[in-house]
Amino acid sequence: MEVLNLLGYYIKFPFVQNAFIAGVFIALCSSLLGVILVLKRFSYIGDGLSHVAFGGLAVATVLKITEYNLVIMPITVVAAILLLRFGTSEKVHGDSAIAMLAVVALAFGYLLMNVFSNSANISGDVCTTLFGSTSILTLSRMDVFVCVFMSLLTIALFVVFYNRIFAITFDEDFAKATGIHVARYQTMIAIMTGIIIVLAMNLVGSLLITALLVFPALTAMQVFKSFRGTLIYAAVISVFGALSGILLSIIASTPVGATIVLIYTVLFVIHVGIGKVRS
Amino acid sequence: MAYILGRELAVGYNGKPVAENLNFKVNRGDYLCIVGMNGAGKSTLMKTLLSLINPVGGELKIGDGLEPHEIGYLPQQSDTQRDFPATVWEVALSGTITRNRRLMYSKAQKAYVERRLKELNIYNLKNESYRSLSGGQQQRTLLARALSATSKVLLLDEPVSGLDPNAMQQLYTITDELNQKGITIIMVTHDMAAIEHATHVLHVNKNKHFFGTKDEYLKSSHYKMFCELEADDNRSGKEIA
Ligand SMILES: Nc1ncnc2c1ncn2[C@@H]1O[C@H](COP(=O)(O)OP(=O)(O)OP(=O)(O)O)[C@@H](O)[C@H]1O
Ligand SMILES: [Mg+2]
Repeated sequence: MEVLNLLGYYIKFPFVQNAFIAGVFIALCSSLLGVILVLKRFSYIGDGLSHVAFGGLAVATVLKITEYNLVIMPITVVAAILLLRFGTSEKVHGDSAIAMLAVVALAFGYLLMNVFSNSANISGDVCTTLFGSTSILTLSRMDVFVCVFMSLLTIALFVVFYNRIFAITFDEDFAKATGIHVARYQTMIAIMTGIIIVLAMNLVGSLLITALLVFPALTAMQVFKSFRGTLIYAAVISVFGALSGILLSIIASTPVGATIVLIYTVLFVIHVGIGKVRS
Repeated sequence: MAYILGRELAVGYNGKPVAENLNFKVNRGDYLCIVGMNGAGKSTLMKTLLSLINPVGGELKIGDGLEPHEIGYLPQQSDTQRDFPATVWEVALSGTITRNRRLMYSKAQKAYVERRLKELNIYNLKNESYRSLSGGQQQRTLLARALSATSKVLLLDEPVSGLDPNAMQQLYTITDELNQKGITIIMVTHDMAAIEHATHVLHVNKNKHFFGTKDEYLKSSHYKMFCELEADDNRSGKEIA
Protein backbone atom coordinates (compact mmCIF):
# COMPACT_ATOMS: atom_id res chain seq x y z
CA MET A 1 0.00 0.00 0.00
CA GLU A 2 2.77 2.28 1.00
CA VAL A 3 4.53 1.50 -2.25
CA LEU A 4 1.44 2.42 -4.25
CA ASN A 5 1.11 5.68 -2.40
CA LEU A 6 4.71 6.43 -3.11
CA LEU A 7 4.12 5.68 -6.78
CA GLY A 8 1.04 7.83 -6.89
CA TYR A 9 3.14 10.58 -5.46
CA TYR A 10 5.97 10.20 -7.97
CA ILE A 11 3.83 9.69 -11.06
CA LYS A 12 2.48 13.23 -10.75
CA PHE A 13 5.89 14.63 -11.59
CA PRO A 14 6.29 15.38 -15.30
CA PHE A 15 9.87 14.10 -15.32
CA VAL A 16 8.69 10.71 -14.08
CA GLN A 17 5.96 10.61 -16.71
CA ASN A 18 8.51 11.47 -19.37
CA ALA A 19 10.77 8.67 -18.21
CA PHE A 20 7.92 6.15 -18.40
CA ILE A 21 6.76 7.17 -21.85
CA ALA A 22 10.25 7.27 -23.33
CA GLY A 23 11.20 4.02 -21.62
CA VAL A 24 8.20 2.10 -22.92
CA PHE A 25 8.62 3.25 -26.50
CA ILE A 26 12.36 2.71 -26.63
CA ALA A 27 11.98 -0.73 -25.09
CA LEU A 28 9.32 -1.58 -27.64
CA CYS A 29 11.30 -0.80 -30.75
CA SER A 30 14.68 -1.91 -29.50
CA SER A 31 13.18 -5.34 -28.85
CA LEU A 32 11.85 -5.55 -32.42
CA LEU A 33 15.20 -4.60 -33.89
CA GLY A 34 16.90 -6.83 -31.33
CA VAL A 35 15.21 -9.95 -32.69
CA ILE A 36 16.65 -9.28 -36.14
CA LEU A 37 20.09 -8.37 -34.82
CA VAL A 38 20.33 -11.45 -32.63
CA LEU A 39 19.28 -13.73 -35.47
CA LYS A 40 21.69 -12.05 -37.86
CA ARG A 41 24.50 -12.65 -35.35
CA PHE A 42 24.90 -8.94 -34.68
CA SER A 43 24.20 -9.14 -30.96
CA TYR A 44 27.07 -6.86 -30.13
CA ILE A 45 26.18 -4.12 -32.56
CA GLY A 46 24.40 -2.21 -29.81
CA ASP A 47 27.56 -2.14 -27.77
CA GLY A 48 29.70 -1.15 -30.73
CA LEU A 49 27.39 1.59 -31.91
CA SER A 50 27.00 3.05 -28.44
CA HIS A 51 30.78 3.38 -28.30
CA VAL A 52 30.58 5.22 -31.58
CA ALA A 53 27.86 7.41 -30.12
CA PHE A 54 30.15 8.09 -27.18
CA GLY A 55 32.83 9.21 -29.65
CA GLY A 56 30.23 11.45 -31.25
CA LEU A 57 29.37 12.90 -27.86
CA ALA A 58 33.02 13.74 -27.32
CA VAL A 59 33.11 15.55 -30.64
CA ALA A 60 29.98 17.48 -29.75
CA THR A 61 31.43 18.41 -26.36
CA VAL A 62 34.67 19.66 -27.84
CA LEU A 63 32.85 21.64 -30.51
CA LYS A 64 30.58 22.98 -27.75
CA ILE A 65 27.44 21.90 -29.58
CA THR A 66 24.73 21.70 -26.96
CA GLU A 67 22.23 19.85 -29.18
CA TYR A 68 24.64 16.95 -29.16
CA ASN A 69 22.16 14.59 -30.80
CA LEU A 70 22.72 16.53 -34.02
CA VAL A 71 26.29 15.23 -34.02
CA ILE A 72 25.79 11.79 -32.49
CA MET A 73 22.83 10.73 -34.62
CA PRO A 74 24.43 11.03 -38.07
CA ILE A 75 27.74 9.53 -36.95
CA THR A 76 26.05 6.54 -35.37
CA VAL A 77 23.71 5.96 -38.28
CA VAL A 78 26.59 5.98 -40.75
CA ALA A 79 28.49 3.52 -38.57
CA ALA A 80 25.41 1.28 -38.40
CA ILE A 81 25.06 1.29 -42.18
CA LEU A 82 28.74 0.46 -42.62
CA LEU A 83 28.52 -2.42 -40.16
CA LEU A 84 25.27 -3.96 -41.31
CA ARG A 85 25.75 -3.53 -45.04
CA PHE A 86 29.44 -4.19 -45.40
CA GLY A 87 30.37 -5.88 -42.13
CA THR A 88 29.80 -9.30 -43.67
CA SER A 89 32.65 -9.28 -46.18
CA GLU A 90 35.14 -12.14 -46.19
CA LYS A 91 38.11 -10.22 -44.85
CA VAL A 92 36.57 -8.53 -41.82
CA HIS A 93 33.70 -10.43 -40.29
CA GLY A 94 30.72 -8.92 -38.47
CA ASP A 95 31.87 -9.30 -34.89
CA SER A 96 35.45 -8.24 -35.48
CA ALA A 97 34.30 -5.24 -37.52
CA ILE A 98 32.14 -4.18 -34.59
CA ALA A 99 34.98 -4.72 -32.13
CA MET A 100 37.37 -2.59 -34.16
CA LEU A 101 34.95 0.25 -34.69
CA ALA A 102 33.92 0.25 -31.05
CA VAL A 103 37.43 0.42 -29.64
CA VAL A 104 38.56 3.08 -32.08
CA ALA A 105 35.54 5.26 -31.33
CA LEU A 106 35.94 4.85 -27.59
CA ALA A 107 39.65 5.65 -27.61
CA PHE A 108 39.12 8.61 -29.91
CA GLY A 109 36.26 9.96 -27.82
CA TYR A 110 38.09 9.63 -24.53
CA LEU A 111 41.20 11.21 -26.01
CA LEU A 112 39.21 14.16 -27.33
CA MET A 113 37.48 14.71 -24.01
CA ASN A 114 40.73 14.53 -22.13
CA VAL A 115 42.71 16.81 -24.38
CA PHE A 116 40.14 19.46 -25.10
CA SER A 117 37.51 19.37 -22.42
CA ASN A 118 37.72 22.09 -19.78
CA SER A 119 34.89 20.60 -17.82
CA ALA A 120 36.15 19.79 -14.36
CA ASN A 121 34.13 16.64 -14.01
CA ILE A 122 35.21 14.44 -16.90
CA SER A 123 34.86 11.17 -15.07
CA GLY A 124 31.37 12.16 -13.94
CA ASP A 125 30.30 12.97 -17.52
CA VAL A 126 31.80 9.77 -18.82
CA CYS A 127 30.12 7.73 -16.15
CA THR A 128 26.75 9.23 -17.00
CA THR A 129 27.08 8.40 -20.67
CA LEU A 130 28.28 4.91 -19.93
CA PHE A 131 25.62 3.97 -17.42
CA GLY A 132 22.85 6.44 -18.17
CA SER A 133 22.57 6.89 -14.41
CA THR A 134 19.85 9.46 -14.00
CA SER A 135 19.56 10.99 -17.43
CA ILE A 136 16.29 9.20 -18.12
CA LEU A 137 14.81 11.28 -15.34
CA THR A 138 16.03 14.51 -16.90
CA LEU A 139 14.43 14.11 -20.32
CA SER A 140 12.72 17.13 -21.81
CA ARG A 141 9.33 17.02 -23.51
CA MET A 142 11.19 17.32 -26.79
CA ASP A 143 13.34 14.25 -26.03
CA VAL A 144 10.23 12.29 -25.24
CA PHE A 145 8.57 13.44 -28.42
CA VAL A 146 11.55 12.27 -30.48
CA CYS A 147 11.54 8.89 -28.73
CA VAL A 148 7.85 8.36 -29.33
CA PHE A 149 8.04 9.49 -32.94
CA MET A 150 11.01 7.28 -33.81
CA SER A 151 9.47 4.32 -32.06
CA LEU A 152 6.19 4.66 -33.87
CA LEU A 153 8.09 4.95 -37.15
CA THR A 154 10.03 1.77 -36.38
CA ILE A 155 6.87 -0.12 -35.50
CA ALA A 156 5.12 1.14 -38.63
CA LEU A 157 8.02 -0.01 -40.83
CA PHE A 158 7.98 -3.40 -39.12
CA VAL A 159 4.29 -3.84 -39.73
CA VAL A 160 4.41 -2.69 -43.34
CA PHE A 161 7.50 -4.64 -44.37
CA TYR A 162 7.02 -7.56 -42.00
CA ASN A 163 7.07 -10.27 -44.67
CA ARG A 164 10.12 -8.90 -46.39
CA ILE A 165 11.97 -8.42 -43.14
CA PHE A 166 11.27 -12.05 -42.29
CA ALA A 167 12.49 -13.29 -45.66
CA ILE A 168 15.70 -11.27 -45.49
CA THR A 169 16.47 -12.22 -41.92
CA PHE A 170 15.83 -15.90 -42.52
CA ASP A 171 17.79 -16.21 -45.74
CA GLU A 172 19.41 -13.24 -47.39
CA ASP A 173 20.59 -15.07 -50.50
CA PHE A 174 17.23 -16.63 -51.17
CA ALA A 175 15.52 -13.29 -50.75
CA LYS A 176 17.96 -11.71 -53.17
CA ALA A 177 17.49 -14.53 -55.65
CA THR A 178 13.73 -14.05 -55.65
CA GLY A 179 14.22 -10.39 -56.49
CA ILE A 180 13.78 -8.62 -53.15
CA HIS A 181 15.88 -5.47 -52.90
CA VAL A 182 17.81 -6.74 -49.91
CA ALA A 183 20.26 -3.83 -49.73
CA ARG A 184 17.40 -1.36 -49.42
CA TYR A 185 15.88 -3.12 -46.43
CA GLN A 186 19.26 -3.68 -44.81
CA THR A 187 19.95 0.03 -45.00
CA MET A 188 16.54 0.74 -43.53
CA ILE A 189 17.21 -1.60 -40.61
CA ALA A 190 20.67 -0.08 -40.12
CA ILE A 191 19.31 3.45 -39.96
CA MET A 192 16.65 2.45 -37.44
CA THR A 193 19.25 0.62 -35.36
CA GLY A 194 21.52 3.65 -35.27
CA ILE A 195 18.74 5.99 -34.23
CA ILE A 196 17.27 3.71 -31.60
CA ILE A 197 20.66 3.09 -30.04
CA VAL A 198 21.31 6.78 -29.61
CA LEU A 199 17.89 7.19 -28.04
CA ALA A 200 18.36 4.17 -25.82
CA MET A 201 21.60 5.60 -24.44
CA ASN A 202 19.44 7.99 -22.47
CA LEU A 203 17.58 5.12 -20.93
CA VAL A 204 20.24 2.67 -19.89
CA GLY A 205 23.54 4.23 -20.92
CA SER A 206 25.88 2.92 -23.55
CA LEU A 207 27.30 0.02 -21.57
CA LEU A 208 23.93 -1.60 -21.04
CA ILE A 209 22.30 -1.08 -24.43
CA THR A 210 23.15 -4.60 -25.52
CA ALA A 211 20.79 -5.86 -22.82
CA LEU A 212 17.90 -3.89 -24.27
CA LEU A 213 18.49 -5.38 -27.71
CA VAL A 214 19.44 -8.91 -26.80
CA PHE A 215 17.52 -10.01 -23.70
CA PRO A 216 13.92 -9.64 -24.91
CA ALA A 217 14.77 -11.42 -28.18
CA LEU A 218 16.54 -14.31 -26.48
CA THR A 219 13.84 -14.59 -23.84
CA ALA A 220 11.09 -14.81 -26.43
CA MET A 221 13.07 -17.32 -28.49
CA GLN A 222 13.08 -19.71 -25.52
CA VAL A 223 9.34 -20.21 -25.65
CA PHE A 224 8.08 -19.27 -29.12
CA LYS A 225 8.19 -21.37 -32.27
CA SER A 226 7.15 -18.75 -34.79
CA PHE A 227 8.84 -15.57 -35.90
CA ARG A 228 5.67 -13.56 -35.42
CA GLY A 229 5.22 -14.90 -31.90
CA THR A 230 8.83 -14.21 -31.04
CA LEU A 231 8.61 -10.60 -32.22
CA ILE A 232 5.40 -9.84 -30.38
CA TYR A 233 6.45 -11.54 -27.19
CA ALA A 234 9.87 -9.87 -27.24
CA ALA A 235 8.08 -6.53 -27.40
CA VAL A 236 5.84 -7.48 -24.48
CA ILE A 237 8.74 -8.70 -22.33
CA SER A 238 10.78 -5.65 -23.19
CA VAL A 239 8.09 -3.16 -22.25
CA PHE A 240 7.26 -5.05 -19.09
CA GLY A 241 10.93 -5.15 -18.06
CA ALA A 242 11.49 -1.47 -18.78
CA LEU A 243 8.34 -0.38 -16.94
CA SER A 244 9.00 -2.44 -13.86
CA GLY A 245 12.68 -1.47 -13.95
CA ILE A 246 11.93 2.24 -13.94
CA LEU A 247 9.35 1.74 -11.20
CA LEU A 248 11.69 -0.27 -9.05
CA SER A 249 14.53 2.14 -9.52
CA ILE A 250 12.36 5.04 -8.38
CA ILE A 251 11.08 3.18 -5.35
CA ALA A 252 14.41 1.71 -4.32
CA SER A 253 16.42 4.64 -5.69
CA THR A 254 18.70 2.37 -7.69
CA PRO A 255 20.22 3.21 -11.08
CA VAL A 256 17.61 2.81 -13.82
CA GLY A 257 19.69 0.98 -16.44
CA ALA A 258 21.17 -1.56 -14.07
CA THR A 259 17.77 -2.28 -12.53
CA ILE A 260 16.21 -2.93 -15.93
CA VAL A 261 19.02 -5.27 -16.91
CA LEU A 262 18.60 -7.18 -13.67
CA ILE A 263 14.89 -7.67 -14.31
CA TYR A 264 15.63 -8.83 -17.87
CA THR A 265 18.08 -11.36 -16.51
CA VAL A 266 15.52 -12.77 -14.10
CA LEU A 267 12.89 -12.96 -16.86
CA PHE A 268 15.35 -14.70 -19.14
CA VAL A 269 16.23 -17.34 -16.58
CA ILE A 270 12.54 -18.00 -15.90
CA HIS A 271 11.86 -18.46 -19.60
CA VAL A 272 14.79 -20.79 -20.07
CA GLY A 273 13.16 -22.86 -17.34
CA ILE A 274 9.77 -22.77 -19.07
CA GLY A 275 11.37 -23.76 -22.38
CA LYS A 276 13.17 -26.70 -20.75
CA VAL A 277 10.04 -27.96 -19.02
CA ARG A 278 8.03 -27.79 -22.24
CA SER A 279 10.42 -29.79 -24.39
CA MET B 1 15.91 -20.82 -77.36
CA ALA B 2 16.84 -22.56 -74.13
CA TYR B 3 15.85 -21.65 -70.59
CA ILE B 4 19.48 -21.01 -69.67
CA LEU B 5 22.39 -20.73 -72.07
CA GLY B 6 26.00 -20.23 -71.03
CA ARG B 7 28.47 -19.34 -73.76
CA GLU B 8 32.16 -19.04 -72.88
CA LEU B 9 30.80 -18.04 -69.49
CA ALA B 10 33.28 -17.07 -66.80
CA VAL B 11 32.16 -16.95 -63.17
CA GLY B 12 34.04 -15.56 -60.20
CA TYR B 13 34.39 -12.73 -57.72
CA ASN B 14 35.54 -9.14 -58.16
CA GLY B 15 36.26 -9.61 -61.84
CA LYS B 16 38.53 -12.59 -61.18
CA PRO B 17 37.27 -15.81 -62.73
CA VAL B 18 37.07 -19.01 -60.69
CA ALA B 19 35.87 -21.05 -63.68
CA GLU B 20 36.07 -19.97 -67.32
CA ASN B 21 34.90 -21.03 -70.77
CA LEU B 22 31.77 -22.75 -69.55
CA ASN B 23 29.45 -23.81 -72.33
CA PHE B 24 26.14 -25.38 -71.45
CA LYS B 25 22.47 -25.29 -72.20
CA VAL B 26 19.48 -26.05 -70.01
CA ASN B 27 16.17 -26.70 -71.72
CA ARG B 28 12.74 -26.88 -70.20
CA GLY B 29 12.34 -30.25 -68.48
CA ASP B 30 16.05 -31.04 -68.26
CA TYR B 31 17.71 -32.50 -65.21
CA LEU B 32 21.26 -31.19 -65.03
CA CYS B 33 23.85 -32.40 -62.55
CA ILE B 34 26.83 -30.14 -61.92
CA VAL B 35 29.84 -32.00 -60.59
CA GLY B 36 33.48 -31.18 -59.98
CA MET B 37 36.20 -30.96 -57.38
CA ASN B 38 36.00 -28.85 -54.23
CA GLY B 39 36.69 -25.28 -55.17
CA ALA B 40 36.05 -25.84 -58.87
CA GLY B 41 33.47 -23.07 -58.85
CA LYS B 42 30.17 -24.95 -58.72
CA SER B 43 28.65 -22.81 -56.00
CA THR B 44 29.98 -19.73 -57.75
CA LEU B 45 28.21 -20.82 -60.92
CA MET B 46 25.04 -21.31 -58.88
CA LYS B 47 25.24 -17.81 -57.48
CA THR B 48 25.66 -16.50 -60.99
CA LEU B 49 22.61 -18.40 -62.23
CA LEU B 50 20.63 -16.90 -59.35
CA SER B 51 21.90 -13.40 -60.26
CA LEU B 52 23.45 -13.03 -56.81
CA ILE B 53 26.71 -12.18 -58.56
CA ASN B 54 27.42 -11.07 -62.12
CA PRO B 55 29.29 -13.13 -64.71
CA VAL B 56 32.89 -11.96 -65.08
CA GLY B 57 33.03 -12.89 -68.76
CA GLY B 58 31.23 -14.55 -71.64
CA GLU B 59 27.48 -14.58 -71.74
CA LEU B 60 24.62 -16.02 -69.78
CA LYS B 61 21.28 -15.92 -71.50
CA ILE B 62 18.00 -16.58 -69.80
CA GLY B 63 15.07 -17.10 -72.13
CA ASP B 64 12.18 -19.23 -73.33
CA GLY B 65 9.81 -17.35 -71.05
CA LEU B 66 12.00 -17.73 -67.96
CA GLU B 67 12.54 -14.55 -65.98
CA PRO B 68 15.81 -14.04 -64.06
CA HIS B 69 14.13 -14.30 -60.67
CA GLU B 70 11.99 -17.30 -61.54
CA ILE B 71 14.62 -19.74 -60.37
CA GLY B 72 13.81 -21.55 -57.15
CA TYR B 73 16.76 -22.18 -54.92
CA LEU B 74 17.50 -24.82 -52.33
CA PRO B 75 20.57 -23.56 -50.48
CA GLN B 76 22.95 -25.50 -48.34
CA GLN B 77 21.83 -25.14 -44.74
CA SER B 78 23.43 -22.19 -43.05
CA ASP B 79 24.29 -21.65 -39.41
CA THR B 80 21.94 -18.75 -38.91
CA GLN B 81 18.95 -20.95 -39.51
CA ARG B 82 19.81 -23.49 -36.87
CA ASP B 83 18.17 -21.62 -34.02
CA PHE B 84 15.86 -19.40 -36.02
CA PRO B 85 12.37 -19.18 -34.55
CA ALA B 86 10.06 -19.75 -37.49
CA THR B 87 7.34 -22.22 -38.32
CA VAL B 88 7.35 -24.39 -41.42
CA TRP B 89 4.44 -22.32 -42.65
CA GLU B 90 6.27 -19.01 -42.24
CA VAL B 91 9.35 -20.31 -44.05
CA ALA B 92 7.44 -21.81 -46.96
CA LEU B 93 5.20 -18.78 -47.35
CA SER B 94 8.21 -16.48 -47.61
CA GLY B 95 8.98 -18.09 -50.96
CA THR B 96 5.94 -16.51 -52.55
CA ILE B 97 6.80 -12.91 -51.69
CA THR B 98 7.63 -11.71 -55.15
CA ARG B 99 4.61 -13.38 -56.73
CA ASN B 100 2.65 -10.48 -55.43
CA ARG B 101 3.56 -6.82 -55.21
CA ARG B 102 1.30 -6.34 -52.23
CA LEU B 103 2.73 -6.26 -48.73
CA MET B 104 0.47 -8.90 -47.19
CA TYR B 105 0.09 -12.47 -48.40
CA SER B 106 -3.01 -13.08 -50.47
CA LYS B 107 -5.41 -16.02 -50.21
CA ALA B 108 -4.01 -17.35 -53.48
CA GLN B 109 -0.46 -17.31 -52.13
CA LYS B 110 -1.53 -19.18 -49.02
CA ALA B 111 -3.46 -21.76 -51.02
CA TYR B 112 -0.46 -22.24 -53.26
CA VAL B 113 1.86 -22.89 -50.33
CA GLU B 114 -0.66 -25.25 -48.77
CA ARG B 115 -0.59 -27.36 -51.94
CA ARG B 116 3.22 -27.42 -51.99
CA LEU B 117 3.36 -28.55 -48.35
CA LYS B 118 0.82 -31.29 -49.03
CA GLU B 119 2.76 -32.47 -52.08
CA LEU B 120 5.87 -32.80 -49.96
CA ASN B 121 3.99 -34.52 -47.12
CA ILE B 122 4.82 -31.91 -44.52
CA TYR B 123 1.48 -30.16 -44.25
CA ASN B 124 1.02 -31.77 -40.83
CA LEU B 125 4.21 -30.04 -39.69
CA LYS B 126 2.87 -26.65 -40.74
CA ASN B 127 2.93 -25.15 -37.25
CA GLU B 128 6.05 -26.89 -36.09
CA SER B 129 9.19 -24.97 -35.40
CA TYR B 130 11.69 -25.17 -38.24
CA ARG B 131 14.65 -25.56 -35.87
CA SER B 132 13.18 -28.63 -34.19
CA LEU B 133 12.79 -30.60 -37.44
CA SER B 134 15.08 -33.33 -38.71
CA GLY B 135 17.52 -32.52 -41.49
CA GLY B 136 15.30 -34.16 -44.09
CA GLN B 137 12.19 -32.31 -42.89
CA GLN B 138 14.03 -29.00 -42.87
CA GLN B 139 15.09 -29.63 -46.39
CA ARG B 140 11.54 -30.38 -47.49
CA THR B 141 10.49 -27.12 -45.93
CA LEU B 142 13.13 -25.26 -47.92
CA LEU B 143 12.05 -27.22 -50.97
CA ALA B 144 8.47 -26.09 -50.41
CA ARG B 145 9.73 -22.54 -50.19
CA ALA B 146 11.71 -22.88 -53.41
CA LEU B 147 8.70 -24.36 -55.20
CA SER B 148 6.55 -21.55 -53.88
CA ALA B 149 8.88 -19.12 -55.59
CA THR B 150 8.79 -20.84 -58.96
CA SER B 151 7.39 -23.78 -60.81
CA LYS B 152 9.93 -23.61 -63.61
CA VAL B 153 13.51 -24.17 -62.51
CA LEU B 154 14.81 -25.57 -59.26
CA LEU B 155 18.44 -25.13 -58.24
CA LEU B 156 19.80 -27.39 -55.52
CA ASP B 157 23.25 -26.95 -53.99
CA GLU B 158 24.51 -30.28 -52.61
CA PRO B 159 21.07 -31.28 -51.37
CA VAL B 160 21.99 -34.72 -50.09
CA SER B 161 25.11 -33.88 -48.12
CA GLY B 162 24.41 -34.44 -44.46
CA LEU B 163 21.27 -36.49 -45.06
CA ASP B 164 20.94 -40.09 -43.95
CA PRO B 165 20.55 -42.68 -46.75
CA ASN B 166 16.80 -42.84 -46.27
CA ALA B 167 16.28 -39.08 -46.52
CA MET B 168 18.68 -39.05 -49.46
CA GLN B 169 16.58 -41.58 -51.33
CA GLN B 170 13.45 -39.59 -50.57
CA LEU B 171 15.01 -36.44 -51.93
CA TYR B 172 15.87 -38.15 -55.20
CA THR B 173 12.33 -39.50 -55.42
CA ILE B 174 10.91 -36.03 -54.87
CA THR B 175 13.17 -34.37 -57.44
CA ASP B 176 12.36 -37.13 -59.95
CA GLU B 177 8.66 -36.54 -59.44
CA LEU B 178 9.08 -32.80 -59.81
CA ASN B 179 11.10 -33.32 -62.97
CA GLN B 180 8.38 -35.57 -64.40
CA LYS B 181 5.89 -32.78 -63.75
CA GLY B 182 8.01 -30.60 -66.02
CA ILE B 183 10.10 -28.72 -63.50
CA THR B 184 13.67 -28.24 -64.64
CA ILE B 185 16.23 -29.43 -62.12
CA ILE B 186 19.79 -28.17 -61.72
CA MET B 187 21.68 -29.94 -58.96
CA VAL B 188 25.21 -29.46 -57.68
CA THR B 189 26.32 -32.73 -56.18
CA HIS B 190 29.18 -34.88 -54.94
CA ASP B 191 26.99 -37.96 -54.91
CA MET B 192 27.53 -40.39 -57.79
CA ALA B 193 24.03 -41.75 -57.36
CA ALA B 194 22.59 -38.44 -58.51
CA ILE B 195 23.97 -38.91 -62.03
CA GLU B 196 21.52 -41.79 -62.52
CA HIS B 197 18.63 -39.35 -62.28
CA ALA B 198 20.06 -36.70 -64.58
CA THR B 199 19.53 -36.09 -68.26
CA HIS B 200 22.63 -33.91 -68.61
CA VAL B 201 25.90 -33.43 -66.76
CA LEU B 202 28.17 -30.43 -66.45
CA HIS B 203 31.56 -31.36 -65.05
CA VAL B 204 33.42 -28.25 -63.96
CA ASN B 205 37.14 -28.68 -64.08
CA LYS B 206 39.93 -26.16 -64.18
CA ASN B 207 41.51 -27.21 -67.44
CA LYS B 208 38.70 -28.79 -69.34
CA HIS B 209 35.00 -28.85 -68.67
CA PHE B 210 32.56 -31.43 -69.85
CA PHE B 211 29.00 -30.81 -70.87
CA GLY B 212 26.73 -33.40 -72.47
CA THR B 213 23.99 -35.93 -71.93
CA LYS B 214 24.22 -38.48 -69.17
CA ASP B 215 25.05 -41.29 -71.61
CA GLU B 216 27.87 -39.29 -73.15
CA TYR B 217 29.14 -38.49 -69.70
CA LEU B 218 29.18 -42.07 -68.50
CA LYS B 219 31.50 -42.91 -71.40
CA SER B 220 33.78 -39.92 -70.93
CA SER B 221 37.15 -39.64 -69.24
CA HIS B 222 35.63 -37.01 -66.92
CA TYR B 223 33.37 -39.65 -65.46
CA LYS B 224 36.37 -41.83 -64.59
CA MET B 225 37.95 -38.82 -62.90
CA PHE B 226 34.76 -38.20 -60.92
CA CYS B 227 34.66 -41.83 -59.80
CA GLU B 228 38.22 -41.73 -58.55
CA LEU B 229 37.63 -38.44 -56.83
CA GLU B 230 34.56 -39.67 -55.01
CA ALA B 231 36.23 -42.95 -54.14
CA ASP B 232 38.92 -40.89 -52.44
CA ASP B 233 36.38 -38.72 -50.65
CA ASN B 234 34.38 -41.68 -49.49
CA ARG B 235 37.23 -43.93 -48.48
CA SER B 236 36.01 -44.02 -44.93
CA GLY B 237 32.38 -43.67 -45.97
CA LYS B 238 30.03 -45.89 -47.88
CA GLU B 239 31.16 -48.38 -50.46
CA ILE B 240 31.15 -47.29 -54.09
CA ALA B 241 29.83 -49.75 -56.65
N1 LIG C 1 32.78 -14.65 -51.74
C1 LIG C 1 33.93 -15.05 -52.34
N2 LIG C 1 34.86 -14.13 -52.72
C2 LIG C 1 36.01 -14.51 -53.32
N3 LIG C 1 36.33 -15.80 -53.60
C3 LIG C 1 35.44 -16.75 -53.26
C4 LIG C 1 34.21 -16.43 -52.61
N4 LIG C 1 33.54 -17.58 -52.38
C5 LIG C 1 34.31 -18.57 -52.86
N5 LIG C 1 35.45 -18.08 -53.39
C6 LIG C 1 36.51 -18.87 -54.04
O1 LIG C 1 36.04 -19.37 -55.27
C7 LIG C 1 36.52 -20.68 -55.50
C8 LIG C 1 35.37 -21.58 -55.89
O2 LIG C 1 34.48 -21.72 -54.79
P1 LIG C 1 33.09 -22.47 -54.93
O3 LIG C 1 32.38 -22.30 -53.64
O4 LIG C 1 32.39 -22.03 -56.16
O5 LIG C 1 33.57 -23.97 -55.10
P2 LIG C 1 32.67 -25.28 -55.20
O6 LIG C 1 32.92 -25.86 -56.54
O7 LIG C 1 31.27 -25.00 -54.86
O8 LIG C 1 33.35 -26.18 -54.10
P3 LIG C 1 32.66 -27.20 -53.06
O9 LIG C 1 32.55 -28.50 -53.76
O10 LIG C 1 33.68 -27.28 -51.96
O11 LIG C 1 31.36 -26.63 -52.60
C9 LIG C 1 37.22 -21.12 -54.24
O12 LIG C 1 38.62 -21.10 -54.49
C10 LIG C 1 36.87 -20.08 -53.21
O13 LIG C 1 37.98 -19.80 -52.40
MG1 LIG D 1 29.89 -25.41 -53.12
